[in-house]
Amino acid sequence: MVLDCKHVWAHISGFLDGTLDAEELKHVQNHLEHCEICSAILDSTRNILVLTADERVFELPLGFSERLHARLEEEMRSIPPAGSDKDSHH
Amino acid sequence: MKVDGEERDETKMIAAVLAGDRQQFHTLIRPYERSVYVMALSMLRQEADAEDAAQEAFLKAFRNLGKFRADSKFSTWLISIALNEARSRLRQRKNAKLDSLDDTSDDGSPIAPAMLRDWREIPSEALERQEVRLMLHEAVAELPANYREIFLLREVEELSVNESAEALGISTASVKVRLHRARLMLQKKLAPQLKQLNPKRRWSPWS
Repeated sequence: MVLDCKHVWAHISGFLDGTLDAEELKHVQNHLEHCEICSAILDSTRNILVLTADERVFELPLGFSERLHARLEEEMRSIPPAGSDKDSHH
Repeated sequence: MKVDGEERDETKMIAAVLAGDRQQFHTLIRPYERSVYVMALSMLRQEADAEDAAQEAFLKAFRNLGKFRADSKFSTWLISIALNEARSRLRQRKNAKLDSLDDTSDDGSPIAPAMLRDWREIPSEALERQEVRLMLHEAVAELPANYREIFLLREVEELSVNESAEALGISTASVKVRLHRARLMLQKKLAPQLKQLNPKRRWSPWS
C-alpha cells in the first residue's frame, strides 16, 4: 500500500508520540523517505512542539509567587480550618 | 508537569493541611504555580486577569481540599480547578466581546498543514527574542478553546493522555483527536512565520 500525503498527515501525531502500529509506521516511514514536503511538515511540527514546551515561552510574571502566597495567607487567617465543611460557609 | 527532588508525599501534606497545619499548603502548591498560571494565561490572554484567576484557583483548591479524592492526582485536580475558573471568566466576558474561542467540533474534516519544502530547525535560543515568544503565545491563544485546552495540558503541562482526559472530562480518544488537530493547526499557523526567522532565507524569493 502506498500512502498519499493526506494519509500521512493524519498519522503525524501518532508518529510523533510513537503510537503507530508496526505496519502503519513502516508505511509512514517509507513515505517520508520520498516526500520532502511531508518530511518538512513532520520536522516543523516536531520543532514547534519543542519550542512551545520550552519554559521560556510561558513565564510567571515577576512577583507572582509572593502575591499568591500573601493572598493565601490572608485567606487562611480569615476562614475556619479547611476540611470542616459544615462551618466553612457562612 | 514534573516535580523534582526528594520524595514529596502529597497525600501526607494534604492530610496535614486538613488537620490544621495550613502552612503545608504553601509547600504543596509550589511546584504547580507555573502550570496553573500558564493554563489561565493561555485561556484568558491577559496577564492581570490570568494572575487573578490563578490565585482564585489556588484559593478554591484550599477551601475545597477536603473534597479532594486521592484516587486522582493532586496536580490534575488543581489544573481542572484552574481550567474551570478560566472557563467561567471567559463565559462572563463573552457577552461583551466577540471571541474566536468557541469550541470546534471534532468533525473528521482533515486539517491541511502548511506545505514547506524544507525545514531548518529553529533552535530554542530563538526564544530569547520576545517577538518569537509572542508569536507562539498568539498561535496557541488563537486555537479553538477545546483544542487549546488539550494542547496545553499535553504539551505544556505534560499531563498524560489519561490525566488530560480526566481533567477535561472527555474520553482518551477525544484527547488524541483534538491534540492531533491542535498540533496541525499550530504547524499551519506557525511554520510559515517561523520560517521567516531563518536569516539566510529571509530575503530569498526562491525559498
